[in-house]
Amino acid sequence: MSETKVAAKVRNAGEAASIVDIQGEITSFAEGVLMDAYNQDSGREANAIILNFQGLEYMNSGGIGLLVTMLIRANRHNHKLLAFGLTDHYQQIFELTRLNEAIQIFQTEAQALAAVAGR
Amino acid sequence: MQTETQKPESRDAAYWAGPVSKLKVTDVPSGAVSMNVEGRHVVGPLQGFGQLWQKTYRVRLSSADIGPTKVVSFLKESLPELMPRDARFYPSVSGVKPGEVLLINATLPGIPGGIATGVMVLYSDAESFTLMCPEGHPEAGWNTFSAYEEQGVTVAQIQSLARANDPVFEFGFRFMGGSAQQERIWRHVLSGLAQAFGVPAEVEFLKTLVDRKLQWSQAKNVWYNAAIRSALYAPVRLIRRLVGRRS
Repeated sequence: MSETKVAAKVRNAGEAASIVDIQGEITSFAEGVLMDAYNQDSGREANAIILNFQGLEYMNSGGIGLLVTMLIRANRHNHKLLAFGLTDHYQQIFELTRLNEAIQIFQTEAQALAAVAGR
Repeated sequence: MQTETQKPESRDAAYWAGPVSKLKVTDVPSGAVSMNVEGRHVVGPLQGFGQLWQKTYRVRLSSADIGPTKVVSFLKESLPELMPRDARFYPSVSGVKPGEVLLINATLPGIPGGIATGVMVLYSDAESFTLMCPEGHPEAGWNTFSAYEEQGVTVAQIQSLARANDPVFEFGFRFMGGSAQQERIWRHVLSGLAQAFGVPAEVEFLKTLVDRKLQWSQAKNVWYNAAIRSALYAPVRLIRRLVGRRS
């Protein structure tokens, strides 16, 4: 199996949200790392999971598929999935694959947190 | 600190299709029927109607001395020949750039005259490529063809992440043999690939129900249903062919 080149660190952002800082490459081989991070998140009471893509270095179509399955899982548990820190290129991929219709995208962490807080 | 604008272009930028609002068919290969593709939007796994399935087909090319790059290159070149006779792709993926369209002419259980549709190349690099469906296609989602090394052996894989595009196709997949036909097609492709490399074909298959919910808000997708439109258009095609022969 090809090497996983991604790390995902989960941090709390108040009671309502958790943030997953993604660093590296999102391909189908990142499944274990991302799903572990998701499980850490969903174990908390937080109702929103915010993906931080500032450290995203590479993503292929397998990676986008992984985000789809993560989104479905989040929906199933009534968790909201949001994202920030995407470059123009990756925002365009979200639009192309129409993932942006289900994952709200923000420029900054503060904007994403404000959206979760309903501000 | 590095700002957004200073970031260099991503390494994967060349592999993805550019912004596509509506699909455009630039060339219709001889023998192909181009319908239900031009002007359509692409649809991902989130836009369809039916249950969302991830289906993975794998074949281990154990005794073949060939790496993932060569396998994917061969798949790109030979996909039309590897497809069964009742599901034709036009043309091969090699030479087709991300964002461009491949036409598909296939038969479906219970659909007289077959179905004309297509797919867009969403992503293509040396070790994988992904084909994304348009509105009206039986499925909403994509198929990724890839190869990788596992314990020194090259594994060729086809993975679909898709749901039926509308209620008619969902019915067809569940009760008219559509799902079995689709699984037969990809098994056929991987068996053919293994045979081409002189390896006994043992295709592993894994099926996961990712989302069991039906998305009723997407039931309207039936308007673009390529099978219905192909069937309705079949008499016109026949007349055109007859007139063409006479003149």
